[in-house]
Amino acid sequence: MAKTPVNFTLNGSPRSAFAGPGQNLLDFLRREVGDLTPKFGCGQGTCGACTVTIDGATHLSCLVLAESVEGRAIGTAAGLPDGATLDPLQEAFMDHFAAQCGYCTPGMLVSARALLDANPRPSRDEVIEAISGNLCRCTGYEPIIAAILAVAEGRARA
Amino acid sequence: MRDMTADGPMVEFRKDLFADERDDNLNEIGKPTRRQDAPGHVTGRSPFFDDHLFDGLLHLRCARSPHHHARIRRIDTSAAERMPGVVRVLTGRDVPVNLNTLLSLLDFGLDDEPLLSESKVAYMGEPVAAVIAETEAEARAAAAAVQVEWEVLPHVLDVEEAIKPGAPAVLDIYPNNKFVYHGKYDHQKLRYGDVDQALAQADHVVEGRYQMSPIEQAPMETCGAIAAPEQNDRYVCYTSTQALFFSLGTAAKVLSLPSSRLHFVGGTVGGGFGGKVDSIHEPLAILGAMLTGRPVKYAWDRAEEMQVGAPRGAERWYVTDGVMNDGRIVARKFTGYFDSGAYTRLSSYAIIKGVGHLPGPYTIPNVYADVYCVYTNRSPATAMRGFGITGVDFAIEAHMDKVAETVGMNPIELRILNAYRDGDMKAHRRLAKNCALIECAQVVAEKAGVTIAPELKSAASARDGGGPRAALPAQTATDTEGRVEGFAATSYANKSATSDAPQPPHAPPPATPARHPPPATPARHPPQAPAMTSGQRPPEGGSMPPSGGPPPAPQPPKKPARSGAMRFSSLSGFRRR
Amino acid sequence: MTTVETYPTLAEAARAMGGDAVYLGGGTLVMRAVNEGGAAPRLLRVTDPALREIRASGDTIRLGAGVTMADVLAHRDLAFLHAVARLVGGPQVRNMATVAGNLFAAHPYGDFAAALLALGARALPEGQGSARGVEELLRDRDRAGLIAAIEVPRPRDPRAFGFRKVSRVKPKGVSVLSIAACLPRESGRIRGARVAFGAMGPTPLRAPGAERALEGQNLDAESIDRAAAAATEGLSPPTDEIATEWYRREVAGVHLRRLLTEMGAS
Repeated sequence: MAKTPVNFTLNGSPRSAFAGPGQNLLDFLRREVGDLTPKFGCGQGTCGACTVTIDGATHLSCLVLAESVEGRAIGTAAGLPDGATLDPLQEAFMDHFAAQCGYCTPGMLVSARALLDANPRPSRDEVIEAISGNLCRCTGYEPIIAAILAVAEGRARA
Repeated sequence: MRDMTADGPMVEFRKDLFADERDDNLNEIGKPTRRQDAPGHVTGRSPFFDDHLFDGLLHLRCARSPHHHARIRRIDTSAAERMPGVVRVLTGRDVPVNLNTLLSLLDFGLDDEPLLSESKVAYMGEPVAAVIAETEAEARAAAAAVQVEWEVLPHVLDVEEAIKPGAPAVLDIYPNNKFVYHGKYDHQKLRYGDVDQALAQADHVVEGRYQMSPIEQAPMETCGAIAAPEQNDRYVCYTSTQALFFSLGTAAKVLSLPSSRLHFVGGTVGGGFGGKVDSIHEPLAILGAMLTGRPVKYAWDRAEEMQVGAPRGAERWYVTDGVMNDGRIVARKFTGYFDSGAYTRLSSYAIIKGVGHLPGPYTIPNVYADVYCVYTNRSPATAMRGFGITGVDFAIEAHMDKVAETVGMNPIELRILNAYRDGDMKAHRRLAKNCALIECAQVVAEKAGVTIAPELKSAASARDGGGPRAALPAQTATDTEGRVEGFAATSYANKSATSDAPQPPHAPPPATPARHPPPATPARHPPQAPAMTSGQRPPEGGSMPPSGGPPPAPQPPKKPARSGAMRFSSLSGFRRR
Repeated sequence: MTTVETYPTLAEAARAMGGDAVYLGGGTLVMRAVNEGGAAPRLLRVTDPALREIRASGDTIRLGAGVTMADVLAHRDLAFLHAVARLVGGPQVRNMATVAGNLFAAHPYGDFAAALLALGARALPEGQGSARGVEELLRDRDRAGLIAAIEVPRPRDPRAFGFRKVSRVKPKGVSVLSIAACLPRESGRIRGARVAFGAMGPTPLRAPGAERALEGQNLDAESIDRAAAAATEGLSPPTDEIATEWYRREVAGVHLRRLLTEMGAS
């Protein structure tokens, strides 16, 4: 089966890999590129566990055709830390018990980071709206909202 | 004290309650502590089963029944085998021990469920073949090409329909679609006092019917496993299981392998809530790895998780209470039906747990329950958070409100009046201890701004219990209704050591006998008296309450009775030492 | 197995279309079908940036077929559609889902299409053909061909347009139903009432009973009563995982009444 070469950047670094015919970006990132932070939850665009950014905008990677990201910039949760220093959101998620099983967490963090990049001081309602495409099943929305607000309000440890 | 989530719900520590019984030297409670697994979670590095990459990974998907109930005339995999990318197609013939029940590891119940069904399907979505292919899409396409000749059978989807005479037999090995308890009864019994007599003497009789629907656990990560050949003639299996050693034991049994040849890796579970204990994926993935020599992944997609993933089973409860004008409940009678779906999985056990919980946290001198584990042609049910308890608690508490309405009492007052006090005898013949319902109800009343009677406002769990309230009923009415012959009665288990095929007396033998080590035969034991009347000796002196009468009035403060057994509260250091 | 064909223009893609091909827009519908093994074997995609253009001219705003819900939300001239676009999916879906794709979304999706239907929007086909009403397109959407753009008439009074989406899950969920109403008024009386329901049929549908009850009337308690009573006329709500047909019929009038009451008060 013909595979298509795809050149893109992943968390700022140029990458190239071959995409299978009809392969979605989630599968491509995990199996061909080796970034395991986006997770498979539904393959239907419902759960948000596979959330990544494309040119800064959040997308559901399970519904993106892998070869369509040619020349574009992909961001995942693997790109959140600055070297050994975690993103303040990651610290806040730990401090606020915002990750129980951890499966929704990378997608949740990508959505939260996209929100704060666009709107550093969101209201609680804006936070809720920003994560409305990310499901958590361990009943963790309140801690997640609290963690994001803590960063927005400068209360999180840096 | 507020909790650490700034805008989250309020958490209040009511240290005024049970203050004299608690060492108030908590070092961790009430303070934020980072969980050990948090760094892995927030960096996306926690290794879930699918986060292990293998070169040459194959994908397994099942061909499934489109019918609720059907006999399999023929399975033709030849077209599927010719599909692009297909490496191997498995059917039941490839499974070394193609019949299992999860709790067989505890010797509880007959083997009833094939890994891949060969002769019959009993629910929509039941797997009949497994296709292993190079890509998931190829496995999916080839699974659709498996041809099955079905003989569609009548089906039954309602618990009470399923136990009527003439209903379709879901499982041939259990008579009348009912699990057999203790080798003796087609239901789990609870007999405590004389409910019928008490109901006859009660001022009011309050009846209710309560129905719970199945609930899918819906974990974010679907169930799955990856297996691969490993060094030293072993197979490694990365799995989403919530019950690693349970899954290991089940895989060893189904694959007829010593467990020393299986290397299970798990513990990182993307949400489970009880839905990841059924140990279905591990044996199939390992079997695939054994037969192809390559790594094989078997994971459900979301639609499969929702359709064939075993949910919390539906329950139907009928509750009848006898209540006096002053609100004291003198009798409570349950008839319960757990919808086990097509196979047993864990429903049989859920009922044992549920019946131990009856009649809820209330001191009621006469309690009766008949609870049935019923087979229907719905998806098999399994564990989910608090299963066995959650459904009947809904029924009990809804019924408490109905009783309160009947006698014109505030529902909070009704609960305080009837609540367990420390030292009270419970219907399963253990003494209540560490009770706290009264205090909880008082706080609820306070928060809701509900005024309650002064004597109930000053009631306490640690007071007024025991004494006559610790006594067993003077007499317990027993019966042998639902007696089933032909099953071993030595324990919860139905199995004996013999190796003939099952021959329950009330049902035809399976049309196709199991090919593999068949389940043991129920041995014929002489009928025994129901175990329910045994119970312990009444722990302390005190007069027996008149059968059918209201519980004796609460006694003056008194030390809670002690039992000799190690108590959970002692282990946890929580309170009441 | 799937193959992907990428074209620089819609015209070239149109020539390559056929029974075994499907047009891949934002991906929210087609990639899901690919993942589930239910898509046509050939995926056709177009890279022409013109498909993402929004052009406002006079009374009409032209949305390229590939304009996303997020693009709608970012455009000031489309303020009257912001409430609709905001109710489509979560942020990720809004960054992907396109306005033309919404016309082809199967029940119970297609809330944006219901709004387009109520607004009297027209779809411009690829090529030389003339614009067709969204209503006509929805009636036969399996044979609609490729859409190049959608022309949306801008309501002269933004208060004349109202939208309501009803879902069981908060803050976001799939539609039990959605309602879009365009009720332009002349000297207080409604002229050219258009009421459309989403998730109350295989495609978004107009509600002729409600429209008749409102036409020529003041938007008052009496006309609202009659519109609510006639809400389900001509609709055929299906039973699905979200709600039964019975439930949808029962609540359609209730929600229409709430929407109309809100619009009457504004």
